Amino acid sequence: MNVIRRKLGFIALAAGLFWGGAISISLAEEPDWQEITAKAEGQTLYWNAWGGSEKINDYIAWVGQQLDQQYSIRLTHVKVTDTADVVSRVLAEKTAGKDQNGSVDLVWINGENFASMKQHHLLFGPFTTSLPNYRYVDTEGKATTTVDFTIPVEGFEAPWGMAKFNFIYDSARISQAPSSLQELSEWSENHPGRFTYPAPPDYLGSTFLKQALIDITSENNALRSPLASQTQFDETTKPLWQFLDQLHPTLWRSGKQFPVSSSAQQQLLDDGEVDIHLSFNPGAASALIESGELPATVRTFTFKDGTIGNTHFVAIPYNSSHREAAMVAANFLMSPEAQARKQDPRYWGDDTVLAIDKLSAEDRSIFEAIELGIATLAPQDLGPTLLEPHPTWMEKIEREWLKRYGQ
Amino acid sequence: MAEALRPVVFLLSSRQNMARLSIITDCLSLKYVPAFTLLVFLGPLAAGLIGTILPAFGYFPALGSKDFSLLSWEHLIEHPALPEALYLTLLSGFIATALSLGLAIAFTAAWQGSPSFNRVRKLLAPILAIPHSALAIGFAFLLAPSGWLARLFSPGLTGWDTPPDIAIIHDPFAVSLILGLVIKETPYLLLMIIAASDQGQARQRLVLAQTLGYSPVAAWIKAVLPLIYRQIRLPIYAVLAFSLSVVDVALILGPTTPPTLPVLILRWFNDPDLSYRALASTAAAFQLVIVILSILAWYLLEQLVAQILCGWLSNGQRSFAEQTIRFFSRSFFQLLGSIFCGSLLVIVLWSFTRRWRYPDALPSEWSIQSWHSNLDTLLLSGCTTLITGIISALIAITLSVACLENEKRRGKTAGSGALWLLYLPLMVPQVSFLFGTQVIAIKLGIDGSWLALIWSHLLFVLPYVFLSLADPYRYQDERFVNIAHCLGASPWRAFWKIRLPLLLRPLLFALAIGFAVSVAQYLPTLFAGGGRFMTLTTEAVNLSASGNRRIISVYALLQGLFPLLVFSAAIGFSNFIFRHRRALSQP
Amino acid sequence: MTTNQRPGAVQIPEPLILQDLTLSLCSSGITKTLFKKFDLEIQPGEITTIMGPSGCGKSSLLSFISGTLAKDFNAVGRVCLGQRDITSSPPEQRHIGMLFQEDLLFPHLSVGENLGFGIPAAVRQKNQRKMLIEEALEEAGLSGYADQDPATLSGGQRARVAVMRTLLSRPSALLLDEPFSKLDSALRERFRTFIFEHARAHNLPTLLVTHDPEDARSAEGLILNMPFK
Repeated sequence: MNVIRRKLGFIALAAGLFWGGAISISLAEEPDWQEITAKAEGQTLYWNAWGGSEKINDYIAWVGQQLDQQYSIRLTHVKVTDTADVVSRVLAEKTAGKDQNGSVDLVWINGENFASMKQHHLLFGPFTTSLPNYRYVDTEGKATTTVDFTIPVEGFEAPWGMAKFNFIYDSARISQAPSSLQELSEWSENHPGRFTYPAPPDYLGSTFLKQALIDITSENNALRSPLASQTQFDETTKPLWQFLDQLHPTLWRSGKQFPVSSSAQQQLLDDGEVDIHLSFNPGAASALIESGELPATVRTFTFKDGTIGNTHFVAIPYNSSHREAAMVAANFLMSPEAQARKQDPRYWGDDTVLAIDKLSAEDRSIFEAIELGIATLAPQDLGPTLLEPHPTWMEKIEREWLKRYGQ
Repeated sequence: MAEALRPVVFLLSSRQNMARLSIITDCLSLKYVPAFTLLVFLGPLAAGLIGTILPAFGYFPALGSKDFSLLSWEHLIEHPALPEALYLTLLSGFIATALSLGLAIAFTAAWQGSPSFNRVRKLLAPILAIPHSALAIGFAFLLAPSGWLARLFSPGLTGWDTPPDIAIIHDPFAVSLILGLVIKETPYLLLMIIAASDQGQARQRLVLAQTLGYSPVAAWIKAVLPLIYRQIRLPIYAVLAFSLSVVDVALILGPTTPPTLPVLILRWFNDPDLSYRALASTAAAFQLVIVILSILAWYLLEQLVAQILCGWLSNGQRSFAEQTIRFFSRSFFQLLGSIFCGSLLVIVLWSFTRRWRYPDALPSEWSIQSWHSNLDTLLLSGCTTLITGIISALIAITLSVACLENEKRRGKTAGSGALWLLYLPLMVPQVSFLFGTQVIAIKLGIDGSWLALIWSHLLFVLPYVFLSLADPYRYQDERFVNIAHCLGASPWRAFWKIRLPLLLRPLLFALAIGFAVSVAQYLPTLFAGGGRFMTLTTEAVNLSASGNRRIISVYALLQGLFPLLVFSAAIGFSNFIFRHRRALSQP
Repeated sequence: MTTNQRPGAVQIPEPLILQDLTLSLCSSGITKTLFKKFDLEIQPGEITTIMGPSGCGKSSLLSFISGTLAKDFNAVGRVCLGQRDITSSPPEQRHIGMLFQEDLLFPHLSVGENLGFGIPAAVRQKNQRKMLIEEALEEAGLSGYADQDPATLSGGQRARVAVMRTLLSRPSALLLDEPFSKLDSALRERFRTFIFEHARAHNLPTLLVTHDPEDARSAEGLILNMPFK
């Protein structure tokens, strides 16, 4: 621990020398970062974060230890099953006039939930630019750190990790993995009953539909803005339904039944009922081998023209009782130390939000030393990142899917 | 001063007056218990139904709709999933009920009085104690294409290197759903048949018929069944209503595209698009109509069968497919028993598994990780389950005892009208009134509180507790209490020192039943708990969609283990208390 | 309250008086009168016997006197102990001891606890209660049986415990509802003597209901035959 602390002290010192000028400018208008850390000391931080994965819970527990040691902040992980519940809780507090001392200090968030909290002024901010570690974020290379599902972030949430759509397959059964949507559907035709996707609104199932739509349609720009009309929807999505009508008879259970969730599909892969599973985390396959949930022969593949990617963030509700501690935590989550651990498949296996080339040589070497695992693709092999369509499209697509295939 | 006190002194000095006064107050307070119980119990039901039916006709102020209309009924009728979902619901409901009833009757007729029947009889309580959802989960793990059964015989016997692409679980014909229901409903109906034949003259009738030369099966079906059918009619209707409205088992085993109607309704209730609430409410009201019509249809069917069989009963034929019935009922029971045991065993195996790939017959790597890493959540949901179960069972017992004691003291028994009322929460589909109940709870400000949670469980715990306690209480030898009075014991002393201790065994049994019923509740926990409370059952059912068999198994196993432990504790405790009391040591 | 009534003191014996008793049974709207305007007085130490076939209302009469008559009966008349009208008193305040065909020992209590249940709560001291139980056991020829399970006793032993339990409750009168009919003939005679001796020793007005003429004879008192004319 001492070594880490000393190292961190060095990093802070180096960063301070290097970025000193920039900091002093921002300090003129924002409260002093030191003042914030001083205020944060001794605060108890309630962080509402999805609690469905053991690995992630362990990671958050580690964050808690670090915050305690480095900043004397006591972290409580409020385990959430659906982030939408947090949104309605903060909304309920606002309705009840509880504008201070809210029950949520920090929330793990992105996409629709962020859109609705931002729209209803339920968030504190902008605050991310005043966090010292924000300068390492790869805002140029990773566009999704500033635009969350087409909604501009504008400093209301701090990026925490990258997600990129990919496929997990069993290399014992598939020798040549498909590298495009077209190849995937051809493969399925040749191997009937061996591929499927979780029934929307499961988020991986929905993402598969979005991915397919983006690959098929020529009107990618239209998808970036809110859905305008039914006619626009019908015209844009027509090729998607044609594609699915063709694909479904070749799927598992002839497309008459779909796995109820993405984890159900993971079990199907493990049982050998299908050969392909979907994932949003490039390190998932390695991590699942590690935990014994998938066989050692699984590998990852993605589309060469790119797959949908997004970023997940942390945000601070407008009525947070411990705003300073929340800011310190958000800052810590973006630190090279926390990000490197997050990228390590032993602890989580998520791609970092930081730009490696902005880091000091020493921090860079931590990232380079991470063993990505046998089933993880190297960052350069992951392909381009495609942007998520506007949330309004997704809602409508899910409904239409249910109408056509779900009942 | 002395003058002023005189009436008081007079009152106090006259012990007899005092005693009279206390008796009057006692009776008065007890007198209101039945009314209070019905209010506690039917109030939320009625309010819930209203809260569901109003939105069904367009009255939904929260969504800005205050005009009565049939619009959402039109939406429902036109919904493309409705015909298929309705068909599946009726199919599974009727077949499961008929099959369970037929099996229970055939088994009793063929085997009653035999050693194997007595063995089965002893196992009924533990079987019933295990929640539907836990069994359904094990059932799925056992029979799925990649389930244990397929693993045991593959690829050697079946030649399946990979699991076959057949929908065995979630099959579109609802076969697995029907089987899953039959496994639990047959023991329940069997228990009801046994309870009914223990009273009245079932035994004498059977002996009489046999002395007239009727073979056992024919004797039972012709002489006993007509007598006891009347007594098991309500339980049958409850089973029919349950099968038509079941949600958790249908989620785990039922068809998915489309699912049965209750699952579809739940899906609409949970839709993020709030406009679907109106459709959900309408469908919930529709579901109630379906259940009422189905019970009516069953009743008419009964009458029809009775008409047809009337002549057959007295045609003098002394035997009736004796061997066939014996053989089939036994084989089917063995099959059900094996599925039951296999389901439990496979859950145990999975909960200690690290790697278990198809087609290995057993896990290749074992681990206690699934238990260890979920310890926090397990403890939390386990505690919630325990607290809710114990408290709601205790309240149910208190209310039942108070009602029954009132009956004893006032010298009347509730008629069959009251019995209907008791079964009401079991007959009305849960989805039809739980949403309305939730609205009421929010209005009262108790939504998501322990009060709401326990109250909602009480609606289902109370009927079962009352029904299991009523007979032992009503048939208790009154002379024990009378003699206690003659020995100078006040009504309350006789109640605490004689009546309750003598009823200790049925009381503990009722407690265990109440607990088991509470543990099994899925929808009430979901609705009244406002999502804040997780119990082993909500976790197990929610996780069943996740597909991680190791973790699901841990929850399902605990969920089944809890009621079993409470049952054993109840039996063990009464055996311990009465270990030196021979007259009470055996039930 | 002025009399120095120590706990455990024997109450002054008084006669049991029944006046103008009419008893009818109402079930499903039909009223059946069992007897009308019946009068009876039993002096302390006297044993009166009522004989009659089953269903004539003998047991119901006893239930009425003890205050435990089931609710579907309708009774008019008075029950007095000496000057004291107990007709509307609850059973526990009538001090009328009752013995049935079955011993009705509480199966969940030990022999000693069964006896203790009979001793009035006014006897507070533990030692004193214990002593009373010991004495009663000795009188019944069951010394040292206090901790036994009643289910392990023989029929005769249980019957004697039941008698002692009733006597320990200090009754002012004793009602016997065919208490001998379940015992075999040898035991029956001995037990009969046991009860009668104790009833007389305690100077209790006693009412015996039986259908056995032998019982009636050995009671050596007034014999009434039901149904009453």
